[in-house]
Amino acid sequence: MSTTNTAYLIRGAKPLGTEATDLLINDGLIVATGAEAATHPAAAGATVIEAAGQIALPGMVDLHTHLREPGREDAETVETGTRAAALGGFTSVHAMANSNPVADTAGVVEQVWSLGRRSGWVDVRPVGAVTVGLAGTQLSEIGAMADSRAAVRVFSDDGICVFDPLIMRRALEYVKAFDGVVAQHAQEPRLTEGAQMNEGEVSAVLGLAGWPAVAEESIIARDVLLAEHVGSRLHICHVSTAGSVEIIRWAKSRGVNVTAEVTPHHLLLTDEMVKSYDPVFKVNPPLRREADVMALRAGLADGTIDIIGTDHAPHPSEAKECEWAAAAMGMTGLETALSVVQHTMIDTGMFSWADFARVTSTAPAAIGRVTDQGRALEAGEPANITLVDADARWIVDPAAMATKGRNSPFKGLELPGKVTTVFFHGHPTVLDGALATPRIVGAE
Amino acid sequence: MKHLLSTLDLSRADAIRILDIAEEMAAVGTREVKKLPALRGRTVVNLFFEDSTRTRISFEAAAKRLSADVINFSAKGSSVSKGESLKDTAQTLQAIGADAVVIRHGASGAPARLAATDWIDAPVVNAGDGTHEHPTQALLDAFTLRNHWARVNGTSTLGTDLAGMKVAIVGDILHSRVARSNLWLLRTLGAEVTMVAPPTLLPHGSNVWPCTISYDLDATLAGGIDAVMMLRVQGERMHASFFPNTREYSRLWGFDDARLAALDAQGQSETIIMHPGPMNRGLEISSAAADSPRSTVLEQVSNGVAVRMAVLYLLLSGDQQRPSGL
Repeated sequence: MSTTNTAYLIRGAKPLGTEATDLLINDGLIVATGAEAATHPAAAGATVIEAAGQIALPGMVDLHTHLREPGREDAETVETGTRAAALGGFTSVHAMANSNPVADTAGVVEQVWSLGRRSGWVDVRPVGAVTVGLAGTQLSEIGAMADSRAAVRVFSDDGICVFDPLIMRRALEYVKAFDGVVAQHAQEPRLTEGAQMNEGEVSAVLGLAGWPAVAEESIIARDVLLAEHVGSRLHICHVSTAGSVEIIRWAKSRGVNVTAEVTPHHLLLTDEMVKSYDPVFKVNPPLRREADVMALRAGLADGTIDIIGTDHAPHPSEAKECEWAAAAMGMTGLETALSVVQHTMIDTGMFSWADFARVTSTAPAAIGRVTDQGRALEAGEPANITLVDADARWIVDPAAMATKGRNSPFKGLELPGKVTTVFFHGHPTVLDGALATPRIVGAE
Repeated sequence: MKHLLSTLDLSRADAIRILDIAEEMAAVGTREVKKLPALRGRTVVNLFFEDSTRTRISFEAAAKRLSADVINFSAKGSSVSKGESLKDTAQTLQAIGADAVVIRHGASGAPARLAATDWIDAPVVNAGDGTHEHPTQALLDAFTLRNHWARVNGTSTLGTDLAGMKVAIVGDILHSRVARSNLWLLRTLGAEVTMVAPPTLLPHGSNVWPCTISYDLDATLAGGIDAVMMLRVQGERMHASFFPNTREYSRLWGFDDARLAALDAQGQSETIIMHPGPMNRGLEISSAAADSPRSTVLEQVSNGVAVRMAVLYLLLSGDQQRPSGL
């Protein structure tokens, strides 16, 4: 139940980039659109949001966020991470399971879910670990997490590959009982021992241990075949190579129930960045070649890759202020995702805003079984809406971000697109490009 | 030249300037008083996160012959072993008043980080970083090669490069910072390079390097070569399946007595055998080869001091021309 019954009238926004219209929000729902919005009884006392020229999108849904709580509150908390999410245009994030303790029990996922409810900036959906302690040997209590108040549907050992093929097979089979999906971090561990960056011409010169594309591709090939064999849902996290796109395209053509994700940073940055040895560019999977970047964009455009996942991975400064080999892997991404995707996919002519809504909202909500998100911008639907000034340009300043992490690889880059307004179940969490107030719900 | 981090970004003019100044520095080493006042009052810190007695004492001798004060900071027995970060160490050296930092580090790119950050202002000399580069080793190798080339051709060394020279680099290219630094510098100076190694010890992506790649040491030697540079091979590599065992490695890629005899039989009387040290006698090089008149191993060590004097002089004196007091 929403505690607010305030009405908002969004005027002149372009849903999915189409013709400008009005949207009337009341009591958490979109109650009218078009000409009916202004004449609807609820419009009388409504707060008017002038949005002429802005794009209206369904609130963005991230299937891949590291909120770090519990355990690494120095890196991020649910509160700071979800503030960042709201500012980035999100209304839902999936919190990855590699916290401390690991989210491998109903107790931990309910704690994260509850912290999300208390913060009120976005809908926090905990991801459950596939195996106990992410150790890869024993299935965690998937059923208990699915049946908990957190209603977990996405299971992942992200950060670590579910490497044992038998454990992976069992996990894929078992989650069927709960309409779950296994989100695989595809990384063959033996082929990536000590790996520091993409293996190729750049690593050869830099003398950094190589992370071969085949280490990702061989696991994806195995897992799509396993998913086909047992008839399960499989999701591939952060696809990073041209070869992976090819394998997933092939699997989909065979009818395998597989979905795939790409991060904004893999759509823009290449291993050339590593020449600086600046650990802000150290990430798992690593930045790849230009040819991979182009293949990922093409795969996203043709639907082989289903969604954008930020893999937002905040780290404290000391984890990056060191030599490359000692640095932590990961980049922040919540507050730059929209701009990077606009820059790489829309401004290049590969994508419409309807495509953008599909890969950042509709499809991730469907994969994560988040039923009240990723919906159409129509009367009767939950009012999860993000307004974007697509013509604005801004320079990325990590120090000005809401996330605790200062490890943005886009620092200093000028990017297009500013989130101006976000409605989360009818409540404005972002107004005029700044945080407004969280949506407070009753105590649990 | 503010720092010396790699040979990849070293221009031909800077390389030849270093070699020419090193030649004058070498002359100092033959005097009774082996000392110049050039860097009096300046402090050079040898910051060694990895054990390397040879390189450290070479830099120490170089700095002392230029009258600099030398501080040796080694990871063992220091705060580094208690987990102090590279940043804190660098800031400490800055506060102490280091005028130059010579750094040896196990992580590729650590010297580049020191140079790029505001942790320390002093010039940074890379004394070997991980499997990336070891530029002063390449410079001393080039200095040795240039002397040899001038002797063979009956020309003078000053101002010249290595045009037309054929050099083979043999061994564990994958893990070798010496190989990488030598490749870039030798190419800059006009030499032709052949890398000889088992395929497992060549980096993926090295196929685009400006050199010939060979798996066959005998064929490379038979093709005519002016210098053979043998790289140190860690016996432990066999545990990671880079090669079956040390004996097979030695048979196929070691400079053994048979290959030494083959050079003689082929009439390649001017071919020199180089090694950066420390050598694994009987593994990548036989004792007969290491001790033969072809071997330049000790000459390389002496040249190392002269080259490092030249580098420290150029980075610290601000004088880009000639050392004073020579």
